[in-house]
Amino acid sequence: MFRSIKMRNLFLAPFCVWAGIFIFVPLVCIIYYGLTDMSGNFTFDNLAIISHREYYSSLQLSIILALVTTIVCLLLAYPLCLILVDKAKSVGTIIILLFVLPLWMNTLLSTMAWQTIFERDGILNQVLRLLSLPDMTLINTPTAVVIGMIYNYLPYMVLPLYVALSKIDKSIFEAARDLGANSWQTFSKVTLPLSLPGAISGITMVFIPSLTTFAISALLGGSKLLLIGNVIEQEFTVEYDWHLGSALSIILMIFIIINMVITLVFDKSTKEDEN
Amino acid sequence: MKKELIRIENVVKTFGNLKVLDEIDLTIHENEFMTLLGPSGCGKTTLLRIIGGFEMPDSGKIIFNGKDITNVPPNKRPINTVFQKYSLFSHMNVEENIAFGPKISGKSSDYIRDKISYALKLVNLEGYEKHNVTKLSGGQQQRIAIARAIVNEPKVLLLDEPLSALDLKLRRNMRQELVRINRETGITFIFVTHDQEEALSMSDTIVVMNQGYIQQVGTPENVYNEPENAFVADFIGDSNIIDGVIVRDKLVKILGREYDCVDTGFPPESPVDVQIRPEDITLDEPQEDALNGVVTRVVFWGVFYDITVSAGGFEWLIQSIHRREVGEKVSLHLDPENIQIMMKPQSEDEAKLKE
Repeated sequence: MFRSIKMRNLFLAPFCVWAGIFIFVPLVCIIYYGLTDMSGNFTFDNLAIISHREYYSSLQLSIILALVTTIVCLLLAYPLCLILVDKAKSVGTIIILLFVLPLWMNTLLSTMAWQTIFERDGILNQVLRLLSLPDMTLINTPTAVVIGMIYNYLPYMVLPLYVALSKIDKSIFEAARDLGANSWQTFSKVTLPLSLPGAISGITMVFIPSLTTFAISALLGGSKLLLIGNVIEQEFTVEYDWHLGSALSIILMIFIIINMVITLVFDKSTKEDEN
Repeated sequence: MKKELIRIENVVKTFGNLKVLDEIDLTIHENEFMTLLGPSGCGKTTLLRIIGGFEMPDSGKIIFNGKDITNVPPNKRPINTVFQKYSLFSHMNVEENIAFGPKISGKSSDYIRDKISYALKLVNLEGYEKHNVTKLSGGQQQRIAIARAIVNEPKVLLLDEPLSALDLKLRRNMRQELVRINRETGITFIFVTHDQEEALSMSDTIVVMNQGYIQQVGTPENVYNEPENAFVADFIGDSNIIDGVIVRDKLVKILGREYDCVDTGFPPESPVDVQIRPEDITLDEPQEDALNGVVTRVVFWGVFYDITVSAGGFEWLIQSIHRREVGEKVSLHLDPENIQIMMKPQSEDEAKLKE
């Protein structure tokens, strides 16, 4: 496309500058702060803070809620996509578009909307009272946070799954039926393995933002329910302890990297099968 | 004649307002190589899918070995299919693809291993067990698809235009291979194609279809030499199809001239379609008492020339190994046994067939 390598490098320059300023420099800063103390000496003490109960339990809660969110998203998205790929292309695309609609709205706005639903005198409880049913206190509970995350991140599961499933040629399913497989065998031996790459990218795209969220948990979880994202935010904006905040960020990054390595390994093994 | 295996009774299938199959009756025998031949949209693939169980007929029955299997799902039929796009499982290697069917039916691993090597040997791909199916060529994928179907020991193998994606040389090769596999395994083959050459060179029986109707059932020689109507004559091979009128038995009037023929039994004065194969017409110097014309077009095909001659108000197609020049005056000569007389369609339904 570009006439020479020089020309191509010229076009690449803005991206390199971008990546340098907004990715590389902050990363170096975080590592520097995370591995030094107030006087600038190298130390691992900041990282060791994770063994403290309060930090450790926030991380644990974050991982649990992220896992629950990811699993629920997967369980919601898979049957939906299975049904939609069977429908006419136009119908499927319209319904997928509806599911992706939350993406077009600001996360903060939609989470605030959930807040007004879940509040003590919010829409949910008003409706329940109208029906003379007991109140439900959802605000400031892990359930509220998980619902908020599912609402915001479900599209990231639906899209890759739908793409993966719609790429499978229909005659593959007929071939499985033809060779004696019943509906369940066709699903478990053919549909599921062929859609695995889509499921894996969906899992990654839901798990990582769920693990790192702080806005959703701040709005729906209140001040008592602290996820690791909220703790890091507090270290930077309330405690002004950049060293500790950076150290916790490094720990979080390690978890994300572990997650990505696992999915990469999975993805590789399915891709090798494909090729 | 061999034992009857499948009987299709009065099968009707419509998609929306379109009647795809109209009261189809057909009998398929054991170890027969049957070809469903017709232009696209003639209903041949739908008929194949009904036999396979992938479509349900609106009415009518499929009888297999004396049992009605119309409502039996595809996974319960002793029938396997080779799909047009091969439809191999891309997440499995060659061995796993072939083992799919036997594993589902719970065969032992020793049995499966033996079967895989037998099937691969049958399709000339020994030693390909661990190969990745997506890395194979089209022809090899085709062979794996056949092996994967045959390993289940079906009574019937359905093949849906399996050669259409292959190049010419490979296609010729695969034709012979398919006939050999048909003979070696004793499996009945039902083969769908729109390629008349394929049908003629491979089949025991050809079923010519058009617009949801069966036009003719017969051996390749039969449908080529004695087509029952103008559609069959036109679809299989090249033909000159001319309006004619029967004078009496063994005499027909074409383009104002009377010709001896061999057909009898048509009522005098009845309008007929007359078919003459281009290779059955001989060209000579212009003669006083013959049908004379002028060469208007010459196309070289390698083995022969396609020569178009305008004579008696009709454009004749003639195939000859001798070259003629455009503008040359010639006379056309026909042998009585090469003049094929066919009844004109009478009802509207039949007229539709001719389109």
